[in-house]
Amino acid sequence: MREGTGSLVALEGIAKQFGAVRALAGIDLVIDPGETLGVVGHNGAGKTTLMHVLNGTIQPSSGVIRIDGVEVNVGYDVRRAYALGIRCVFQELSLSPNLRVFENVRLLHRSLSGFGWPGRARRVVRETLDAIFPGHGIDADALVGELPAAQRQMVEIARAFSATDRPVRLVILDEPTSSLGGQEAEQLMRYMHTATQAGVSCVFISHRLKEVLANVERVVVMRDGTVVAQQRASEMSEGQLVERMGVMAQTAERASTSARPERAAREGGPARAVRIDLRPSPRSPARLVVHAGEVVGLAGLDGHGQRTALLAAFAAAQGGGGEAVQVHGTVAYVSGDRQGEGLFPLWSVGRNLTIGSMGRLAHSGWLSRRAELAEARHWRDHLAIKTPDVEQPILSLSGGNQQKVLIARGLAGGADILLLDDPMRGVDVGTKREMFEEIRQEAGQGKCFLLYTTETAELQNCDRVYVFYRGAITEEIDRASLTEDRVLRASFGEAGVHV
Amino acid sequence: MSDEVAGGKTTRDTAGEPAVRRRWRLDARVMLPAVALAVMLAGIFVLQPRAMSYNGLRLLLGLGLPLMFAAMAELCVIAASDIDFGLGTFIGLVNCIAAKYLASEPLLAVAVLAGLVLAYAAMGAFIQVRRLPSIVVTLGASFVWLGLAVLVLPSPGGAVPDWLTHLVRLRPPLVPLPIVAAVLLGLFGHWLFMRTSYGVVLRGVGSTPASLERAGWSLLVARSTLYGLAGVFGVIAGLLVTGLNTSGDATIGAAYTLLAVAAVIIGGGEFVGGVVSPPGAVIGAFIMLLTGALLSFMDVSTDWQLSVQGAILILVLSTRALQRRRS
Amino acid sequence: MRAVPTRRWLNDNRWVWSFTAAALVWLLTIFIADWRGPLATLSTALGFATFYAIVGIGQMLVISTGGIYIDLSIPSVMVLAGYLSMGTMGARDAGLLPGIAVALAVGLAAGVANVVLIRGARIPSMIATLASGFIMQSITIAYSHHSTAKPAPTLLDFSLSHVFGVPTIALIFIVVTVGVGFVLARTVFGRSVLATGQNARAAYLAGIPIPRTIATVYIISGLLAAVAGMLLAAYSGGASLNMSEDFLLMSIAVVVLGGTSISGGRAMIAGVWGASLFLYLIVTMLNVLGVGAGVRYVVTGIIIIVVLALSDQHESA
Repeated sequence: MREGTGSLVALEGIAKQFGAVRALAGIDLVIDPGETLGVVGHNGAGKTTLMHVLNGTIQPSSGVIRIDGVEVNVGYDVRRAYALGIRCVFQELSLSPNLRVFENVRLLHRSLSGFGWPGRARRVVRETLDAIFPGHGIDADALVGELPAAQRQMVEIARAFSATDRPVRLVILDEPTSSLGGQEAEQLMRYMHTATQAGVSCVFISHRLKEVLANVERVVVMRDGTVVAQQRASEMSEGQLVERMGVMAQTAERASTSARPERAAREGGPARAVRIDLRPSPRSPARLVVHAGEVVGLAGLDGHGQRTALLAAFAAAQGGGGEAVQVHGTVAYVSGDRQGEGLFPLWSVGRNLTIGSMGRLAHSGWLSRRAELAEARHWRDHLAIKTPDVEQPILSLSGGNQQKVLIARGLAGGADILLLDDPMRGVDVGTKREMFEEIRQEAGQGKCFLLYTTETAELQNCDRVYVFYRGAITEEIDRASLTEDRVLRASFGEAGVHV
Repeated sequence: MSDEVAGGKTTRDTAGEPAVRRRWRLDARVMLPAVALAVMLAGIFVLQPRAMSYNGLRLLLGLGLPLMFAAMAELCVIAASDIDFGLGTFIGLVNCIAAKYLASEPLLAVAVLAGLVLAYAAMGAFIQVRRLPSIVVTLGASFVWLGLAVLVLPSPGGAVPDWLTHLVRLRPPLVPLPIVAAVLLGLFGHWLFMRTSYGVVLRGVGSTPASLERAGWSLLVARSTLYGLAGVFGVIAGLLVTGLNTSGDATIGAAYTLLAVAAVIIGGGEFVGGVVSPPGAVIGAFIMLLTGALLSFMDVSTDWQLSVQGAILILVLSTRALQRRRS
Repeated sequence: MRAVPTRRWLNDNRWVWSFTAAALVWLLTIFIADWRGPLATLSTALGFATFYAIVGIGQMLVISTGGIYIDLSIPSVMVLAGYLSMGTMGARDAGLLPGIAVALAVGLAAGVANVVLIRGARIPSMIATLASGFIMQSITIAYSHHSTAKPAPTLLDFSLSHVFGVPTIALIFIVVTVGVGFVLARTVFGRSVLATGQNARAAYLAGIPIPRTIATVYIISGLLAAVAGMLLAAYSGGASLNMSEDFLLMSIAVVVLGGTSISGGRAMIAGVWGASLFLYLIVTMLNVLGVGAGVRYVVTGIIIIVVLALSDQHESA
């Protein structure tokens, strides 16, 4: 850890609590002028929250923020951050789609007002775009809503680096290359280098670990709201990063979550029904196949097509499908994004659970209260969901128990196929173990599971794993040959055996 | 969640398209209603050539004066992704206050009208701070405006100052007043929302309020400003109604709310997303207005006026939806 | 810790507030009237409140499906159904059944039209129902020139009749309300509505048939509006063009004041009655106070805003 003297930003003991959730647990971080800092970590590690604190959009629950050695806590907000030269490009693009490019630039700079401001705004954005992305071809008068995702990201980045009345001293880039093409990404990396030479600091958050290591001086790894590693980029490898991001202190977990039950001998038995047959990418013939009774895992870095595959399977089961996707059997979907895609916040535990079994529980559309309660209680007991009363509001449960309810919802419906979208995210080790045992059991009785997970350790529970990279399958790995190294390399597209 | 990586290349933008043409491209949204209006006018002139004269146009479009300002008022609220269901009764209230006090106690009347504008701004602030649904707040407000109007003027009547009646009967050279006013209002609205630096912020309220806050703008000030502007346009609309009718009537504004909403939407606006076109709203107001005239010239009973207006709404919006799906 | 369950119960049963408010206003009213005619006041209030409640139920179902769904065509359906059914009945009892059938047909057609516009043509529900409302109103205006529109005598008597002092229509629709309440709580359809309203994405992933659910609520709303229109016309001795003027605002007000969430997912069906009674009794009370129409309107408006501000309503982000 460096000394605070001469640093641009110093964060000491920064913590942030959202109700019962601890998003940040005592972060110490120093950023020097003209330095490029890489920040890596899984979703939910706290990277974005930390950047929000730095940018002034969120007030920390405790801790000290020092800028140029001066404590700025009181009244530190976005405007002050802007005045001090801090800019941020968030992961969720924040441009206004109904406004033009130059108008969006105006939104960031209060000084772009008064007579002739459109001309000045156009000039600023053109100059910055030309500097960062030569040959960009973006019209300053274009409506942002009509720009392709890559160009929107370019505009957002340029806007952050643009200076009008205040100099830019620190730019935070949260997944800036997620929508950029190869050439633009390279241009951005080059510009970052140029900028730091000119004294501008950059914070670079990305899932593309190779990119991060190649372009930053120092790397910070975050996990569960804390910094678990801080080292010079030259001293770290991708594999080490991935390890520290997710699997690090999980050796115990690995042992417990990898239940290796006896499996009935497959050879010589009757061929099991194909439940899913899916080709994720039109550019590659590789197909994903799931049989009855199997637990198949989808791996690879987040956002490389796994979720799309799950949703395609779901849609195909509703009626649809075709050459690229064929599904035989009923499906149920379990999402890991509880708030956005899973929970019905106004309902009780029981109602959240039974909504997936409407077909089975209802007789001519009518739902008997007794039957419903019995079903909810049965699953509550079966999965050991910690609630004394199934009629408690769902939001009174802990995250892990909420997730159990969602899994119960999927199982209770009696579907042949379960599609699981990173369901164990943010769930404690004990719950994970129980859930995987349940999955094993159900698989033994003929259900099949297609599981997408961002934690490599969980893949131990799968019979087979498909690794995704850039929307296509790069490798299919059998459990017997499953090693972390193999998954890792396939995640970066360095596949050995192609399907 | 991070975006899916499609391993894509950047599609190079067509830098070939001249910048000037790009600048006016949003107004493609206004093309459809502009064409529709032109067709309607052409139809009217064919059926009734006398309408093509100065006086003819004056009479034909006269009632468009208050409606275009009402449409602009509704536009301000729709720009914030809200809706104002109290606009019609508010116009009625302004009408009654003007009819009762403007001639006899002008200072009082002006003070009250200014107070009403502030009340509108306060309503916007209230909606922002308490995060309330605008539809219900403005609904409640509509009762309040109606009640106040009835209290001011229990039965239709009142006296209207001469200057107001003369104002709406102005005869500018060459071009009739309604058209002059429409062009001026359209240009003013366009300048206000598209050319001023704060107008950009106002339009941002309706699309990405969170981003605006993150950039340091006050949503409270922005929303209050939009509603305050709506109040101003509403007051003007009410005054124009007073001038045209030369009397006050608490229920005069009943139809204005829905007509104004329709005008904004037909003119290229959308309920959410901060997408509005001030010139389009003015055009939309005339479209709604002229359906009645067109029908009567076609010897179709004006009973069907509402049907035609409804059909126009449906046509314009389904076309828009189709275009969206194709792109 | 006893406080917490009570709080939760109150939260789940917000309709209690509207009934409490209605009761208070009723007490105030008869107090002002020197305790005269307490039951008569209540009975009249029930009678008028029924009409608001009928359309309120339909609007409540539509709104509960999600913050983007609303039905602005209700007043137009009412007036069209009123005219067409009265016209069919033509003041004869022989026309009773055909008249009822016509009203139901109007409601069904309106609902279907709305669904086609909203899901087929992808028009936002506010404009879709606005436009269909315009068209129906227009048809009504044209039709109104030709008909004398008087109800069948049986229907007229029925609409004015009382059972033990309670208006018959009120009784019937209270039963209907209870029925709808059961549907919401105990049927697959009801769960679908409430799930879609809380989280449409989660509902889709849980396998709920969203298009079918939305179609059903709009059709129910249309049918209820048509029935309300027919009964209101009968009650008033005939249809008139402005008979449903109030109903656009009232259908939304009784839903929101009754505790239903405007962003969807939480329906308080009993509250629709409580709010209907409350709003009508306010008018009665002000009448008894000898207050003019102007003050009545202002007070009603202020009450709506104040109640809204005090409640937990939030615009969905």
